[in-house]
Amino acid sequence: MTTTEISQSIAGLDALELSTRERRGLASRIWSRAWPMISAIVLVLAVWEVVVLSGWRPEYVLPGPITVLGELGDRLGDGEFYNAVFTTMRRAIVGFALAVLVGLVVGAAVSRVRPLRAAFGSLITGLQTMPSIAWFPLAILLFKLSESAILFVVVLGAAPSIANGLIAGVDYTPPILLRAGHILGLRRLALYRHVILPASLPSFLSGLKQGWAFAWRSLMAGELLVIIAHQTSIGEQLDNARELSDAPGLLATMIVILVIGIVVDMCFGAADNALRRRWGLDQPVG
Amino acid sequence: MTAPTKELRSSRTDGHEPAVRLDAVSKVYGRDLLALDRVTLTAGRGEFVCLLGASGCGKSTLLNLVAGLDHATAGEIDTKGGRIAMMFQEPALFPWLTVSANIELALRVTGKGKSTTKKERRARAAELLEIVHLGGFGAKRPHELSGGMRQRVALARALAQEADVLLMDEPFGALDAMTRDLLHDELERIWRERELTVLFVTHNVREAVRLGDRVVLLSSRPGTVIQEFPITLDRPRRTDSGEVAGLAATITDRLRQEVLRHAKPARRPVATGARGDG
Repeated sequence: MTTTEISQSIAGLDALELSTRERRGLASRIWSRAWPMISAIVLVLAVWEVVVLSGWRPEYVLPGPITVLGELGDRLGDGEFYNAVFTTMRRAIVGFALAVLVGLVVGAAVSRVRPLRAAFGSLITGLQTMPSIAWFPLAILLFKLSESAILFVVVLGAAPSIANGLIAGVDYTPPILLRAGHILGLRRLALYRHVILPASLPSFLSGLKQGWAFAWRSLMAGELLVIIAHQTSIGEQLDNARELSDAPGLLATMIVILVIGIVVDMCFGAADNALRRRWGLDQPVG
Repeated sequence: MTAPTKELRSSRTDGHEPAVRLDAVSKVYGRDLLALDRVTLTAGRGEFVCLLGASGCGKSTLLNLVAGLDHATAGEIDTKGGRIAMMFQEPALFPWLTVSANIELALRVTGKGKSTTKKERRARAAELLEIVHLGGFGAKRPHELSGGMRQRVALARALAQEADVLLMDEPFGALDAMTRDLLHDELERIWRERELTVLFVTHNVREAVRLGDRVVLLSSRPGTVIQEFPITLDRPRRTDSGEVAGLAATITDRLRQEVLRHAKPARRPVATGARGDG
Protein backbone atom coordinates (compact mmCIF):
# COMPACT_ATOMS: atom_id res chain seq x y z
CA MET A 1 0.00 0.00 0.00
CA THR A 2 1.17 3.53 -0.62
CA THR A 3 1.33 6.03 2.22
CA THR A 4 -1.85 7.79 1.09
CA GLU A 5 -3.68 4.51 0.84
CA ILE A 6 -2.57 3.62 4.34
CA SER A 7 -3.70 6.92 5.77
CA GLN A 8 -7.03 6.66 3.97
CA SER A 9 -7.66 3.13 5.21
CA ILE A 10 -6.80 4.28 8.72
CA ALA A 11 -9.14 7.23 8.49
CA GLY A 12 -11.90 4.91 7.25
CA LEU A 13 -11.37 2.44 10.05
CA ASP A 14 -11.30 5.24 12.62
CA ALA A 15 -14.58 6.63 11.37
CA LEU A 16 -16.18 3.20 11.63
CA GLU A 17 -14.89 2.58 15.13
CA LEU A 18 -15.79 5.89 16.72
CA SER A 19 -18.90 5.57 18.81
CA THR A 20 -21.74 7.87 17.98
CA ARG A 21 -23.03 8.23 21.47
CA GLU A 22 -25.21 11.27 21.92
CA ARG A 23 -26.29 12.68 25.22
CA ARG A 24 -29.95 13.35 25.69
CA GLY A 25 -31.18 16.87 26.23
CA LEU A 26 -31.01 18.50 29.66
CA ALA A 27 -34.79 18.59 30.15
CA SER A 28 -35.25 14.92 29.41
CA ARG A 29 -32.33 14.00 31.71
CA ILE A 30 -33.77 16.06 34.57
CA TRP A 31 -37.19 14.57 34.06
CA SER A 32 -35.90 11.01 34.02
CA ARG A 33 -34.10 11.67 37.31
CA ALA A 34 -36.96 13.63 38.86
CA TRP A 35 -40.04 11.51 38.38
CA PRO A 36 -38.92 8.55 40.54
CA MET A 37 -38.01 10.99 43.30
CA ILE A 38 -41.33 12.81 43.09
CA SER A 39 -43.20 9.49 43.19
CA ALA A 40 -41.21 8.43 46.26
CA ILE A 41 -42.02 11.69 48.06
CA VAL A 42 -45.72 11.36 47.24
CA LEU A 43 -45.69 7.79 48.50
CA VAL A 44 -44.02 8.76 51.80
CA LEU A 45 -46.49 11.60 52.36
CA ALA A 46 -49.40 9.25 51.66
CA VAL A 47 -48.16 6.64 54.18
CA TRP A 48 -47.61 9.40 56.73
CA GLU A 49 -51.17 10.69 56.22
CA VAL A 50 -52.56 7.16 56.57
CA VAL A 51 -50.69 6.68 59.87
CA VAL A 52 -52.07 10.00 61.17
CA LEU A 53 -55.63 9.14 60.04
CA SER A 54 -55.39 5.76 61.78
CA GLY A 55 -55.34 7.65 65.09
CA TRP A 56 -52.21 5.87 66.36
CA ARG A 57 -51.12 9.07 68.15
CA PRO A 58 -53.17 12.22 68.84
CA GLU A 59 -52.73 14.92 66.23
CA TYR A 60 -50.94 17.37 68.55
CA VAL A 61 -48.17 14.76 68.92
CA LEU A 62 -48.07 13.51 65.32
CA PRO A 63 -49.53 16.13 62.95
CA GLY A 64 -50.31 15.23 59.33
CA PRO A 65 -48.21 16.30 56.35
CA ILE A 66 -50.50 19.17 55.43
CA THR A 67 -50.13 20.82 58.85
CA VAL A 68 -46.37 20.30 58.83
CA LEU A 69 -45.88 21.56 55.28
CA GLY A 70 -48.00 24.59 56.19
CA GLU A 71 -45.74 25.22 59.19
CA LEU A 72 -42.70 24.79 56.93
CA GLY A 73 -44.18 27.34 54.52
CA ASP A 74 -44.64 29.83 57.40
CA ARG A 75 -41.03 29.35 58.44
CA LEU A 76 -39.75 29.88 54.92
CA GLY A 77 -41.28 33.35 55.10
CA ASP A 78 -39.58 34.13 58.43
CA GLY A 79 -36.17 35.85 58.76
CA GLU A 80 -35.35 33.92 61.93
CA PHE A 81 -35.38 30.67 59.96
CA TYR A 82 -32.79 31.96 57.52
CA ASN A 83 -30.59 33.10 60.40
CA ALA A 84 -30.70 29.58 61.79
CA VAL A 85 -29.92 27.97 58.43
CA PHE A 86 -27.12 30.48 57.86
CA THR A 87 -25.48 29.71 61.23
CA THR A 88 -25.73 25.98 60.71
CA MET A 89 -24.44 26.09 57.16
CA ARG A 90 -21.57 28.35 58.21
CA ARG A 91 -20.55 25.77 60.80
CA ALA A 92 -20.97 22.96 58.31
CA ILE A 93 -18.81 24.65 55.69
CA VAL A 94 -16.09 25.74 58.12
CA GLY A 95 -16.04 22.33 59.78
CA PHE A 96 -16.03 20.45 56.49
CA ALA A 97 -13.30 22.66 55.05
CA LEU A 98 -11.12 22.05 58.11
CA ALA A 99 -11.84 18.32 57.81
CA VAL A 100 -10.80 18.34 54.15
CA LEU A 101 -7.56 20.10 55.07
CA VAL A 102 -6.79 17.68 57.90
CA GLY A 103 -7.86 14.68 55.83
CA LEU A 104 -5.68 15.74 52.89
CA VAL A 105 -2.57 16.29 55.00
CA VAL A 106 -3.01 13.11 57.03
CA GLY A 107 -4.05 11.04 54.00
CA ALA A 108 -1.13 12.25 51.89
CA ALA A 109 1.37 11.61 54.67
CA VAL A 110 0.02 8.21 55.62
CA SER A 111 -0.26 7.01 52.03
CA ARG A 112 3.34 7.94 51.22
CA VAL A 113 5.27 7.16 54.40
CA ARG A 114 5.39 3.49 55.24
CA PRO A 115 5.99 3.72 59.02
CA LEU A 116 3.16 6.24 59.33
CA ARG A 117 0.91 3.82 57.49
CA ALA A 118 1.75 1.03 59.89
CA ALA A 119 1.24 3.31 62.86
CA PHE A 120 -1.92 5.17 61.91
CA GLY A 121 -3.58 3.23 59.10
CA SER A 122 -5.85 1.12 61.25
CA LEU A 123 -6.33 3.95 63.75
CA ILE A 124 -7.87 6.09 61.01
CA THR A 125 -10.29 3.32 60.09
CA GLY A 126 -11.06 2.87 63.78
CA LEU A 127 -11.84 6.57 64.17
CA GLN A 128 -14.19 6.29 61.21
CA THR A 129 -16.35 3.77 63.02
CA MET A 130 -16.44 5.77 66.28
CA PRO A 131 -19.86 7.41 66.80
CA SER A 132 -19.18 11.11 66.76
CA ILE A 133 -21.57 11.79 69.62
CA ALA A 134 -19.12 9.94 71.88
CA TRP A 135 -16.66 12.78 71.34
CA PHE A 136 -18.93 15.48 72.74
CA PRO A 137 -18.27 15.02 76.44
CA LEU A 138 -14.56 15.46 75.78
CA ALA A 139 -15.18 18.32 73.36
CA ILE A 140 -17.29 20.17 75.95
CA LEU A 141 -14.60 19.63 78.60
CA LEU A 142 -11.95 21.00 76.25
CA PHE A 143 -13.83 23.86 74.63
CA LYS A 144 -16.77 24.54 76.98
CA LEU A 145 -20.17 25.10 75.36
CA SER A 146 -18.79 26.88 72.32
CA GLU A 147 -18.75 26.62 68.58
CA SER A 148 -15.21 25.26 68.81
CA ALA A 149 -16.58 22.18 70.58
CA ILE A 150 -18.97 21.56 67.67
CA LEU A 151 -16.31 22.13 65.02
CA PHE A 152 -13.91 19.84 66.89
CA VAL A 153 -16.35 16.96 66.63
CA VAL A 154 -17.33 17.74 63.04
CA VAL A 155 -13.68 17.62 61.98
CA LEU A 156 -13.06 14.39 63.91
CA GLY A 157 -16.15 12.89 62.32
CA ALA A 158 -15.35 13.79 58.73
CA ALA A 159 -11.56 13.83 58.45
CA PRO A 160 -10.97 10.05 58.76
CA SER A 161 -13.29 9.29 55.84
CA ILE A 162 -11.61 11.92 53.71
CA ALA A 163 -8.13 10.67 54.60
CA ASN A 164 -9.18 7.07 53.92
CA GLY A 165 -10.61 8.05 50.53
CA LEU A 166 -7.27 9.53 49.54
CA ILE A 167 -5.29 6.58 50.91
CA ALA A 168 -7.46 4.08 49.04
CA GLY A 169 -7.10 6.13 45.86
CA VAL A 170 -3.31 6.13 46.14
CA ASP A 171 -3.27 2.40 46.88
CA TYR A 172 -5.40 1.52 43.90
CA THR A 173 -3.62 3.65 41.32
CA PRO A 174 -3.51 1.29 38.32
CA PRO A 175 0.04 -0.16 38.16
CA ILE A 176 0.10 0.24 34.38
CA LEU A 177 -0.28 4.01 34.79
CA LEU A 178 2.56 4.06 37.32
CA ARG A 179 4.75 2.19 34.85
CA ALA A 180 3.74 4.56 32.06
CA GLY A 181 4.63 7.51 34.30
CA HIS A 182 7.95 5.94 35.17
CA ILE A 183 8.77 5.39 31.49
CA LEU A 184 7.97 9.04 30.79
CA GLY A 185 10.58 9.94 33.36
CA LEU A 186 8.32 10.96 36.23
CA ARG A 187 9.79 10.24 39.65
CA ARG A 188 8.81 10.85 43.28
CA LEU A 189 6.96 14.15 43.64
CA ALA A 190 6.42 14.55 39.90
CA LEU A 191 4.99 11.03 39.73
CA TYR A 192 2.77 11.89 42.69
CA ARG A 193 1.56 15.09 41.13
CA HIS A 194 1.02 13.93 37.56
CA VAL A 195 -0.12 10.34 38.09
CA ILE A 196 -0.95 9.25 41.63
CA LEU A 197 -3.00 12.24 42.77
CA PRO A 198 -5.14 12.53 39.65
CA ALA A 199 -5.63 8.76 39.58
CA SER A 200 -6.91 8.81 43.16
CA LEU A 201 -9.44 11.56 42.46
CA PRO A 202 -12.52 9.29 42.11
CA SER A 203 -11.78 7.57 45.41
CA PHE A 204 -11.01 10.90 47.07
CA LEU A 205 -14.33 12.25 45.85
CA SER A 206 -16.26 9.37 47.38
CA GLY A 207 -14.28 9.96 50.59
CA LEU A 208 -15.44 13.58 50.51
CA LYS A 209 -19.02 12.47 50.02
CA GLN A 210 -18.86 10.09 52.95
CA GLY A 211 -17.03 12.72 54.99
CA TRP A 212 -19.82 15.17 54.35
CA ALA A 213 -22.41 12.69 55.62
CA PHE A 214 -20.41 12.23 58.83
CA ALA A 215 -19.89 15.99 59.18
CA TRP A 216 -23.59 16.72 58.80
CA ARG A 217 -24.57 14.09 61.39
CA SER A 218 -21.94 15.29 63.85
CA LEU A 219 -23.07 18.87 63.37
CA MET A 220 -26.71 18.05 64.14
CA ALA A 221 -25.72 16.07 67.22
CA GLY A 222 -23.52 18.97 68.27
CA GLU A 223 -26.18 21.59 67.80
CA LEU A 224 -28.59 19.57 69.96
CA LEU A 225 -26.05 19.10 72.73
CA VAL A 226 -24.13 22.34 72.64
CA ILE A 227 -26.71 25.10 72.75
CA ILE A 228 -25.07 28.50 72.60
CA ALA A 229 -27.11 31.39 74.00
CA HIS A 230 -28.43 34.00 71.60
CA GLN A 231 -27.34 32.02 68.60
CA THR A 232 -30.11 30.36 66.71
CA SER A 233 -29.34 27.33 64.58
CA ILE A 234 -31.24 24.43 63.03
CA GLY A 235 -30.33 22.11 65.91
CA GLU A 236 -31.34 24.73 68.44
CA GLN A 237 -34.70 25.17 66.70
CA LEU A 238 -35.23 21.44 66.83
CA ASP A 239 -34.48 21.41 70.57
CA ASN A 240 -36.78 24.40 71.12
CA ALA A 241 -39.62 22.73 69.29
CA ARG A 242 -39.30 19.68 71.51
CA GLU A 243 -39.25 21.80 74.70
CA LEU A 244 -42.38 23.62 73.58
CA SER A 245 -44.04 20.41 72.34
CA ASP A 246 -44.34 22.13 68.97
CA ALA A 247 -44.77 18.95 66.91
CA PRO A 248 -45.37 20.67 63.50
CA GLY A 249 -42.30 22.87 64.05
CA LEU A 250 -40.22 19.87 65.05
CA LEU A 251 -41.18 17.88 61.97
CA ALA A 252 -40.74 20.92 59.70
CA THR A 253 -37.21 21.39 61.04
CA MET A 254 -36.44 17.72 60.46
CA ILE A 255 -37.56 18.07 56.85
CA VAL A 256 -35.18 21.02 56.47
CA ILE A 257 -32.28 18.93 57.84
CA LEU A 258 -33.13 16.08 55.49
CA VAL A 259 -33.44 18.32 52.45
CA ILE A 260 -30.11 20.08 53.08
CA GLY A 261 -28.41 16.72 53.49
CA ILE A 262 -29.91 15.40 50.26
CA VAL A 263 -29.11 18.52 48.25
CA VAL A 264 -25.43 18.53 49.29
CA ASP A 265 -25.20 14.82 48.61
CA MET A 266 -26.63 15.39 45.14
CA CYS A 267 -23.93 17.97 44.49
CA PHE A 268 -21.26 15.40 45.30
CA GLY A 269 -23.10 12.87 43.15
CA ALA A 270 -23.15 15.31 40.22
CA ALA A 271 -19.41 15.96 40.62
CA ASP A 272 -18.78 12.22 40.70
CA ASN A 273 -20.87 11.65 37.56
CA ALA A 274 -19.13 14.46 35.71
CA LEU A 275 -15.76 12.94 36.57
CA ARG A 276 -16.80 9.48 35.46
CA ARG A 277 -18.10 10.81 32.19
CA ARG A 278 -14.89 12.75 31.51
CA TRP A 279 -12.74 9.71 32.24
CA GLY A 280 -14.97 7.29 30.39
CA LEU A 281 -15.67 5.23 33.50
CA ASP A 282 -19.40 5.33 32.87
CA GLN A 283 -19.36 3.19 29.76
CA PRO A 284 -20.71 -0.32 29.70
CA VAL A 285 -18.03 -2.96 29.31
CA GLY A 286 -17.08 -3.65 25.69
CA MET B 1 27.07 -16.17 37.19
CA THR B 2 29.44 -17.78 34.69
CA ALA B 3 29.82 -16.52 31.16
CA PRO B 4 27.33 -17.81 28.60
CA THR B 5 28.37 -21.08 27.05
CA LYS B 6 27.73 -19.95 23.52
CA GLU B 7 27.71 -16.48 22.16
CA LEU B 8 24.99 -15.82 19.63
CA ARG B 9 25.80 -12.99 17.31
CA SER B 10 23.79 -11.50 14.57
CA SER B 11 25.27 -10.72 11.22
CA ARG B 12 23.01 -7.66 11.04
CA THR B 13 24.68 -5.87 13.89
CA ASP B 14 28.07 -6.09 12.25
CA GLY B 15 28.93 -2.67 10.98
CA HIS B 16 26.10 -1.17 13.04
CA GLU B 17 26.94 0.59 16.22
CA PRO B 18 25.04 -1.26 18.99
CA ALA B 19 22.23 0.74 20.63
CA VAL B 20 21.29 -1.84 23.24
CA ARG B 21 23.57 -4.55 24.53
CA LEU B 22 22.62 -7.24 27.02
CA ASP B 23 25.46 -9.30 28.38
CA ALA B 24 24.65 -12.53 30.22
CA VAL B 25 21.59 -10.96 31.86
CA SER B 26 19.79 -13.11 34.41
CA LYS B 27 16.74 -12.37 36.48
CA VAL B 28 15.67 -14.35 39.52
CA TYR B 29 12.34 -13.69 41.17
CA GLY B 30 11.94 -14.48 44.83
CA ARG B 31 14.37 -17.11 46.02
CA ASP B 32 14.77 -19.42 43.07
CA LEU B 33 12.41 -18.61 40.20
CA LEU B 34 14.78 -18.13 37.30
CA ALA B 35 12.98 -16.02 34.71
CA LEU B 36 15.92 -15.14 32.48
CA ASP B 37 19.11 -17.16 32.20
CA ARG B 38 22.22 -15.43 30.82
CA VAL B 39 20.57 -13.67 27.92
CA THR B 40 23.06 -12.07 25.57
CA LEU B 41 21.60 -9.87 22.90
CA THR B 42 22.62 -6.88 20.84
CA ALA B 43 20.44 -4.52 18.86
CA GLY B 44 22.21 -2.29 16.36
CA ARG B 45 21.31 1.35 15.97
CA GLY B 46 18.25 1.60 13.75
CA GLU B 47 17.64 -2.13 13.90
CA PHE B 48 14.18 -3.66 14.35
CA VAL B 49 14.55 -6.70 16.60
CA CYS B 50 11.58 -8.94 17.40
CA LEU B 51 11.71 -11.06 20.52
CA LEU B 52 9.58 -14.13 20.09
CA GLY B 53 8.70 -16.85 22.52
CA ALA B 54 5.92 -18.89 24.05
CA SER B 55 4.46 -18.13 27.47
CA GLY B 56 6.94 -17.95 30.30
CA CYS B 57 9.93 -16.98 28.20
CA GLY B 58 10.42 -13.78 30.13
CA LYS B 59 9.90 -11.50 27.13
CA SER B 60 8.20 -8.83 29.17
CA THR B 61 10.72 -9.22 31.99
CA LEU B 62 13.46 -8.59 29.48
CA LEU B 63 11.86 -5.35 28.28
CA ASN B 64 11.24 -4.19 31.83
CA LEU B 65 14.92 -4.68 32.59
CA VAL B 66 15.98 -2.67 29.54
CA ALA B 67 13.44 0.02 30.44
CA GLY B 68 14.78 0.27 33.96
CA LEU B 69 11.43 -0.70 35.48
CA ASP B 70 13.18 -3.62 37.17
CA HIS B 71 16.75 -4.60 38.00
CA ALA B 72 18.71 -7.54 36.63
CA THR B 73 19.95 -10.09 39.16
CA ALA B 74 23.16 -10.61 37.21
CA GLY B 75 24.70 -9.47 33.97
CA GLU B 76 24.98 -6.13 32.31
CA ILE B 77 22.60 -3.99 30.30
CA ASP B 78 24.03 -1.14 28.29
CA THR B 79 21.70 1.23 26.49
CA LYS B 80 24.55 3.56 25.51
CA GLY B 81 22.92 6.43 27.35
CA GLY B 82 20.13 6.54 24.79
CA ARG B 83 16.69 7.70 25.68
CA ILE B 84 14.18 4.89 26.06
CA ALA B 85 10.45 4.89 25.40
CA MET B 86 8.11 2.00 25.91
CA MET B 87 4.70 0.91 24.72
CA PHE B 88 2.60 -1.68 26.51
CA GLN B 89 -0.17 -3.97 25.38
CA GLU B 90 -2.60 -1.46 26.83
CA PRO B 91 -2.28 2.15 25.71
CA ALA B 92 -1.80 3.24 29.37
CA LEU B 93 -2.94 6.77 28.60
CA PHE B 94 -3.91 9.00 31.49
CA PRO B 95 -7.72 9.16 31.43
CA TRP B 96 -7.84 12.53 33.20
CA LEU B 97 -5.94 14.23 30.38
CA THR B 98 -7.03 14.91 26.83
CA VAL B 99 -5.20 13.12 24.04
CA SER B 100 -3.12 16.22 23.39
CA ALA B 101 -2.36 16.79 27.09
CA ASN B 102 -1.13 13.19 27.39
CA ILE B 103 1.48 13.93 24.74
CA GLU B 104 2.22 17.39 26.14
CA LEU B 105 3.03 15.81 29.50
CA ALA B 106 5.62 13.60 27.80
CA LEU B 107 7.05 16.63 26.00
CA ARG B 108 7.19 18.55 29.24
CA VAL B 109 9.06 15.85 31.14
CA THR B 110 11.38 15.14 28.21
CA GLY B 111 12.23 18.76 27.54
CA LYS B 112 12.95 19.64 31.13
CA GLY B 113 16.30 21.26 30.33
CA LYS B 114 14.98 23.39 27.53
CA SER B 115 12.23 25.75 28.47
CA THR B 116 9.28 25.15 26.21
CA THR B 117 6.09 27.12 26.48
CA LYS B 118 2.72 25.49 26.72
CA LYS B 119 1.92 26.81 23.28
CA GLU B 120 4.99 25.21 21.74
CA ARG B 121 4.19 21.91 23.38
CA ARG B 122 0.64 22.02 22.12
CA ALA B 123 1.82 22.68 18.58
CA ARG B 124 4.37 19.86 18.84
CA ALA B 125 1.70 17.48 20.17
CA ALA B 126 -0.50 18.34 17.19
CA GLU B 127 2.40 17.51 14.85
CA LEU B 128 2.96 14.17 16.56
CA LEU B 129 -0.75 13.35 16.32
CA GLU B 130 -0.56 14.19 12.64
CA ILE B 131 2.22 11.61 12.26
CA VAL B 132 -0.02 8.84 13.62
CA HIS B 133 -2.95 10.11 11.50
CA LEU B 134 -4.86 11.49 14.46
CA GLY B 135 -4.67 15.19 13.63
CA GLY B 136 -7.79 16.90 14.97
CA PHE B 137 -8.32 14.39 17.77
CA GLY B 138 -6.20 16.25 20.32
CA ALA B 139 -9.15 17.60 22.29
CA LYS B 140 -10.75 14.17 22.72
CA ARG B 141 -10.38 12.08 25.81
CA PRO B 142 -8.73 8.67 25.48
CA HIS B 143 -11.97 6.79 26.17
CA GLU B 144 -13.63 8.47 23.21
CA LEU B 145 -11.23 6.75 20.82
CA SER B 146 -11.13 3.15 19.62
CA GLY B 147 -8.49 0.70 20.84
CA GLY B 148 -6.37 1.09 17.71
CA MET B 149 -6.54 4.88 17.91
CA ARG B 150 -5.52 4.85 21.57
CA GLN B 151 -2.55 2.67 20.78
CA ARG B 152 -1.54 5.22 18.14
CA VAL B 153 -1.78 7.98 20.73
CA ALA B 154 0.51 5.86 22.91
CA LEU B 155 2.89 5.65 19.96
CA ALA B 156 2.77 9.41 19.52
CA ARG B 157 3.47 9.80 23.23
CA ALA B 158 6.46 7.48 22.92
CA LEU B 159 7.70 9.51 19.94
CA ALA B 160 7.31 12.68 22.02
CA GLN B 161 10.05 11.36 24.27
CA GLU B 162 12.53 11.73 21.42
CA ALA B 163 13.70 8.25 22.28
CA ASP B 164 16.52 6.45 20.52
CA VAL B 165 15.22 3.07 21.59
CA LEU B 166 11.56 2.07 21.46
CA LEU B 167 10.54 -0.95 23.53
CA MET B 168 7.23 -2.50 22.55
CA ASP B 169 5.58 -5.14 24.70
CA GLU B 170 2.97 -6.85 22.50
CA PRO B 171 1.59 -3.42 21.58
CA PHE B 172 -0.89 -4.71 19.01
CA GLY B 173 -1.86 -7.91 20.80
CA ALA B 174 -5.32 -6.68 21.73
CA LEU B 175 -6.24 -5.33 18.31
CA ASP B 176 -8.19 -6.90 15.46
CA ALA B 177 -6.23 -8.19 12.48
CA MET B 178 -7.12 -5.40 10.08
CA THR B 179 -6.18 -2.64 12.49
CA ARG B 180 -3.01 -4.52 13.35
CA ASP B 181 -1.97 -4.73 9.70
CA LEU B 182 -2.43 -1.01 9.28
CA LEU B 183 -0.46 -0.27 12.42
CA HIS B 184 2.37 -2.49 11.16
CA ASP B 185 2.59 -0.27 8.08
CA GLU B 186 2.48 2.81 10.27
CA LEU B 187 5.12 1.59 12.66
CA GLU B 188 7.41 0.55 9.82
CA ARG B 189 7.18 3.98 8.24
CA ILE B 190 7.86 5.81 11.49
CA TRP B 191 10.70 3.45 12.41
CA ARG B 192 12.39 4.17 9.08
CA GLU B 193 11.85 7.91 9.13
CA ARG B 194 13.14 8.30 12.66
CA GLU B 195 15.87 5.69 12.56
CA LEU B 196 14.63 4.17 15.78
CA THR B 197 16.02 1.09 17.39
CA VAL B 198 13.05 -1.13 18.19
CA LEU B 199 12.83 -4.09 20.53
CA PHE B 200 9.45 -5.63 19.79
CA VAL B 201 8.08 -8.41 21.94
CA THR B 202 5.39 -10.65 20.52
CA HIS B 203 4.13 -14.22 20.55
CA ASN B 204 2.78 -13.83 17.04
CA VAL B 205 5.31 -15.38 14.63
CA ARG B 206 3.98 -13.72 11.49
CA GLU B 207 3.98 -10.34 13.15
CA ALA B 208 7.62 -10.87 14.07
CA VAL B 209 8.54 -11.87 10.51
CA ARG B 210 6.48 -9.03 9.07
CA LEU B 211 8.29 -6.39 11.10
CA GLY B 212 11.72 -7.56 12.18
CA ASP B 213 15.18 -7.22 10.71
CA ARG B 214 15.92 -10.09 12.99
CA VAL B 215 13.75 -12.46 15.03
CA VAL B 216 15.21 -13.66 18.30
CA LEU B 217 13.65 -16.86 19.57
CA LEU B 218 13.56 -17.30 23.33
CA SER B 219 13.10 -20.53 25.24
CA SER B 220 10.69 -20.77 28.15
CA ARG B 221 11.33 -21.21 31.86
CA PRO B 222 13.98 -19.96 32.08
CA GLY B 223 14.17 -17.57 29.16
CA THR B 224 17.31 -17.87 27.08
CA VAL B 225 18.13 -17.06 23.48
CA ILE B 226 17.88 -20.28 21.49
CA GLN B 227 18.11 -19.08 17.95
CA GLU B 228 18.19 -15.95 15.85
CA PHE B 229 16.67 -15.60 12.41
CA PRO B 230 17.80 -12.72 10.22
CA ILE B 231 14.90 -11.64 8.01
CA THR B 232 16.10 -10.38 4.67
CA LEU B 233 12.77 -10.17 2.84
CA ASP B 234 12.20 -6.88 1.03
CA ARG B 235 10.13 -4.26 2.77
CA PRO B 236 7.32 -3.43 2.92
CA ARG B 237 6.18 -6.98 3.60
CA ARG B 238 2.67 -8.28 3.90
CA THR B 239 1.63 -10.48 6.78
CA ASP B 240 -0.33 -12.69 4.37
CA SER B 241 2.40 -13.04 1.73
CA GLY B 242 3.82 -16.47 0.91
CA GLU B 243 7.37 -15.56 1.89
CA VAL B 244 6.35 -14.31 5.31
CA ALA B 245 4.15 -17.37 5.85
CA GLY B 246 6.95 -19.73 4.79
CA LEU B 247 9.51 -18.20 7.09
CA ALA B 248 6.95 -18.04 9.87
CA ALA B 249 6.29 -21.77 9.46
CA THR B 250 9.99 -22.53 9.93
CA ILE B 251 10.18 -20.44 13.07
CA THR B 252 6.91 -21.86 14.37
CA ASP B 253 8.31 -25.39 14.02
CA ARG B 254 11.34 -24.41 16.02
CA LEU B 255 9.13 -22.76 18.63
CA ARG B 256 6.92 -25.84 18.80
CA GLN B 257 9.94 -28.04 19.50
CA GLU B 258 10.76 -25.74 22.36
CA VAL B 259 7.23 -25.96 23.74
CA LEU B 260 7.17 -29.75 23.42
CA ARG B 261 10.35 -29.94 25.44
CA HIS B 262 8.23 -28.76 28.37
CA ALA B 263 5.58 -31.46 27.97
CA LYS B 264 5.96 -33.86 30.84
CA PRO B 265 6.92 -37.33 29.48
CA ALA B 266 4.37 -39.05 31.76
CA ARG B 267 1.52 -37.11 30.21
CA ARG B 268 0.32 -36.94 26.65
CA PRO B 269 2.03 -34.39 24.42
CA VAL B 270 0.67 -30.86 24.46
CA ALA B 271 -2.34 -30.86 22.19
CA THR B 272 -2.52 -27.18 21.48
CA GLY B 273 1.06 -26.69 20.34
CA ALA B 274 2.64 -23.26 20.18
CA ARG B 275 0.38 -20.32 20.52
CA GLY B 276 2.52 -18.41 18.10
CA ASP B 277 1.31 -19.36 14.66
CA GLY B 278 -0.44 -16.14 14.10
